[in-house]
Amino acid sequence: MAEQFRTCPDTGLKIHLPAQALMKANAVAAVVFLLIGGIYGLMVGLTRWPAVHLLPADWFYLTLTAHGLNVLIFWMIFFEIALLYFVSSVLLGCRLATPKIGWVAFGLMVVGALLNNYIVLTGTSSVMMTSYVPMEAHPLFYLSLILFAVGALIGCFIFFGTLVIAKAEKTYEGSVSLVTFGGITAAIIAVFTIVSGAIILIPTLLWSLGFIADIDSLAYRLIWWGFGHSSQQINVSAHIAVWYAIAAIVFGAKPMSEKVSRMAFLMYILFLQIASVHHLLADPGMSSEFKMFNTSYAMYLAVMASMVHGLTVPGSIEAAQRAKGFNSGLFEWLRRTPWGNPTFSGMFISLVGFGFLGGISGVVMGAEQINVLMHNTLYVPGHFHATVVIGSTLAFMALTYWLVPVLFRREIVMKGLASWQPYLFGFGMTGVALFLMGAGTLGVPRRHWDITFSMTGGIVHEFPAAANTLLALNGLSVLLAVIGGAAFCVIIVASLLFGRKLGDEEKLDPPIMASQPADADYVGIGKFGSTVPGTLVLALVFFVSFALYYFINWKYLAETWGIS
Amino acid sequence: MADDDETPPLMQRILDNPFILLFLGVAVPAVLYLIWGIMEIISIPVAG
Repeated sequence: MAEQFRTCPDTGLKIHLPAQALMKANAVAAVVFLLIGGIYGLMVGLTRWPAVHLLPADWFYLTLTAHGLNVLIFWMIFFEIALLYFVSSVLLGCRLATPKIGWVAFGLMVVGALLNNYIVLTGTSSVMMTSYVPMEAHPLFYLSLILFAVGALIGCFIFFGTLVIAKAEKTYEGSVSLVTFGGITAAIIAVFTIVSGAIILIPTLLWSLGFIADIDSLAYRLIWWGFGHSSQQINVSAHIAVWYAIAAIVFGAKPMSEKVSRMAFLMYILFLQIASVHHLLADPGMSSEFKMFNTSYAMYLAVMASMVHGLTVPGSIEAAQRAKGFNSGLFEWLRRTPWGNPTFSGMFISLVGFGFLGGISGVVMGAEQINVLMHNTLYVPGHFHATVVIGSTLAFMALTYWLVPVLFRREIVMKGLASWQPYLFGFGMTGVALFLMGAGTLGVPRRHWDITFSMTGGIVHEFPAAANTLLALNGLSVLLAVIGGAAFCVIIVASLLFGRKLGDEEKLDPPIMASQPADADYVGIGKFGSTVPGTLVLALVFFVSFALYYFINWKYLAETWGIS
Repeated sequence: MADDDETPPLMQRILDNPFILLFLGVAVPAVLYLIWGIMEIISIPVAG
């Protein structure tokens, strides 16, 4: 049994070799599907740019379908399965449960993802990611998603099995680490997500085969969003676990309060999935009680949890930096962070972008009244490019730079480009999020190929001229983000193929794992009566932005529906 | 008395048990979102 483990010389982590092989396979598959999805995303962005308008209508919908599924589902879930195996087997120092079944799960996911790409490319399933009935895709479209989901569900239960093994073999004492707890949160949400997907996709498959006469479109939307939106909540939980991990890796930071952070994750477990209701806020069949309880009440508990994480992660970094001597003024700790280290810069841009852009816009969309201002407009993709792309994708990219030497024992190549990559991708995607939200605020629909409504049989609507400008700026931002995304793929693939091989006992210089400040170093840190005053100022800026933007949208609503 | 001192608080025991959390994390949204939502839909009167 002992020969099935190795000890990482850089981190001291005990790594189960069969688990390592599975993590590598899932991580590589993730990057491949990110690359495929990114290429589709470039074509979507260039088609939305009115002056370019790259693709004809049928190809646009095909491309939009493929883009959504490859990046929102395949890239994310493959990476998250690798992450679940890491936070269980590696962080708890135990063997992975049933690696052979792990390969079966991986095989199902690969077959599902490839089959889905094939069937979408045939042009028979351009139903977009949401695949709302009665739009009908080829049966293999639904089957491919079911195969992928079954594989992912098996991966989740292997994760839970690994937790049981770690407890039974006493490889850790007390509670699991906070990062592992974040993984548990992600896996629990994944189970709800996949079960919801099965409840709706299996009947839809039977409907497409002719065995079921009819699927109620409202019931489809309700249950599908239990799958479609909750899948993004897996990403949120996973990327917040990654934030905590990177704070510990880069700074040796320890959570400000384990209890508070765990309670915040518990709020996610209980309430994050029901944010799915915000997709149904304009549906006439659902009562306001149902909509408001799930969004304006219960969802806010999950929002509060996000704000807790958004405070404690930079707070823990600030405390660690101050403990290391960077204790002057409000922001010396922030100025002296390693901005050229893509693991840190990617994580920090992820944190700021997720909070300021994704978080605030999510709450605005989650209020039933002001939701009508932007429901089903480009504001929605603007919001989720801030949460899933700046938030999750960038955090996963940031961690990958650290995982390559740890798991693959290869040195990262093109370090100069790597230090710029999070900025290219992060700022490009910030532009995408902002400009799409701007166009959405002007009413530009999210699902239409052409904002002039040509080929619609006479629908005439003129959007303000600024909409064209915003979509052009979105196109330019897409180009910048694609350069950043391509740089990531090139750096990682080149590192795996050509990066210098690291010896079994060789340590990287500089070290990739920061030492933890001693407890005594924390004594007396802080300024102005607070241990983490810089983080509190950043939180205050966040709250002011949040309140201003929230009330601006109520002002828009008042102008839209005047009361006389 | 000694046993009481060694037993972790209830909340910690809940947080330390992934399967209780799994039950809660599936049951709460299943009731509040899926079941409540389906009940709303089936209670919509059928058009005459």
